[in-house]
Amino acid sequence: MLIINCPYCGPRPELEFSYAGQAHVARPADPAATGDDEWTAYLYLRTNTRGVHAERWRHARGCARFFNALRDTTTDRFVATYRSGEAPPAIATEAAP
Amino acid sequence: MQKYSAWALLKEAFGGQQGWQSQWRRATPQPEYDAIIIGGGGHGLAAAYYLAAEHGITRTAVLEKSWIGGGSTGRNTTIVRSNYLFDESARLYNHALDLWQDLSQVLNYNVMYSPRGVMMLAHGVHDVQVLKRHIHANRCNGVTNEWLSPEEAKAFCPPLNIEPNIRYPVLGAALQRRGGTARHDAVAWGYARAADALGVDIIENCEVTGIRRDASGAVEAVETSRGLIRGRRIGVSAAGFSSVVIGLAGVRLPIESFPLQALVSEPVKPVMPCVVMSNSIHAYISQSDKGELVIGAGTDAYTSYTQRGALHVNSHTLSAICELFPALRRMRMLRNWAGTVDVTPDRSPIIGKTPVPGLYVNCGWGTGGFKATPGAGHLLAWTMAHDEPHPIVAPFNIERFRDGRLIDEAAAAAVAH
Repeated sequence: MLIINCPYCGPRPELEFSYAGQAHVARPADPAATGDDEWTAYLYLRTNTRGVHAERWRHARGCARFFNALRDTTTDRFVATYRSGEAPPAIATEAAP
Repeated sequence: MQKYSAWALLKEAFGGQQGWQSQWRRATPQPEYDAIIIGGGGHGLAAAYYLAAEHGITRTAVLEKSWIGGGSTGRNTTIVRSNYLFDESARLYNHALDLWQDLSQVLNYNVMYSPRGVMMLAHGVHDVQVLKRHIHANRCNGVTNEWLSPEEAKAFCPPLNIEPNIRYPVLGAALQRRGGTARHDAVAWGYARAADALGVDIIENCEVTGIRRDASGAVEAVETSRGLIRGRRIGVSAAGFSSVVIGLAGVRLPIESFPLQALVSEPVKPVMPCVVMSNSIHAYISQSDKGELVIGAGTDAYTSYTQRGALHVNSHTLSAICELFPALRRMRMLRNWAGTVDVTPDRSPIIGKTPVPGLYVNCGWGTGGFKATPGAGHLLAWTMAHDEPHPIVAPFNIERFRDGRLIDEAAAAAVAH
């Protein structure tokens, strides 16, 4: 089981959290003016990164708040967690360990 | 190819077992092939076999980054069934089920296909309604499926607990008698041996690191850890790693990769006569011919390529198994592992052409690809040979996500995931 560092509450076991998919996926500002391909990408296309992946988690059975995390999907090791609205830490640009 | 038969067994018994040949050659990559399959699992090997056997494309290579059948083919719980809800799915999965029937004879390799019945349990009013709807839809599509009362379910599977006082009592079950299990390794090896005999090169320890495209955008070669291999017809059958491989050609897939876990018990005498599945409380169990109880758990919550998951996912499944089969409560578990499964938004696979000319894909089978092995290979081969999707796989194109024509087995709750 993973230990996840909630940026609001500190480290807690994975059981307290829900996974919420890729982070920083922005809904197109004007859906009516958005083309089919762009809308498809928003709805369905994910990076499915093999390496450091920016993703959303929710501390569902704790503070109930959403936050973001960088996790290496080849090791499941968390590189960093950060609050919603914040930019990912610079470590995101580094290669996976 | 050395033909396997009772006579061959007898001959070798008297010959000290010295005459058995390798089942396939240790091929070295040639500079060019007519068709290249990336991914040496059951699906990829089947595609190579049917390319050679049915379409005469024998200058085919299967490129596998590790050993054949070592990914999801060797990690699944070997369940074969076709009781999916939608018309498109029924045609697809029943095509595979038809091919399973005489696969051992066709390949001259015992894949141990055992149609022992797949029983799906209902634990609530909603389950009962959904499963009955499935049964009716299946029958309209020529897929065998029937409803059992709790007493009939227990008669079919004696260890099942149908007492009304458990947390999720059994209110009935849907039984597909044609469903069952097969030996996963044998499926990969059988296809490999048969394909090799037709001239297909099976190249292990050969990781694809790039896909080259010519000026027109069509594929022309793959870069691998064992050098450049040219080919203008490339099929990707890489399961959980599909988005990574297809990404080499600049194509994005609506796929996410999750760990899916399974476990086996110590081997015991025959106790579980069929496959039992409960989608609601997440328990899948059957017994291998070796005697191990083979138990399938759910996916972990997060995307991962680690091929391992967390223990609490298994614990959840085991608590359900213990309630449904109290006789198994003191069984000891022997091994636990995970595979990486490629999940699409609608839980239906993607098979067919890609936006890149000459590049074909067979992926997105998610948590249920093993059952489709012969069918997926057969249809990918047809699609690659004709450069157009086989009518059965035509609805399973990539464009369905853009066009809003999902085949939503997820919402239909037909898929165990």
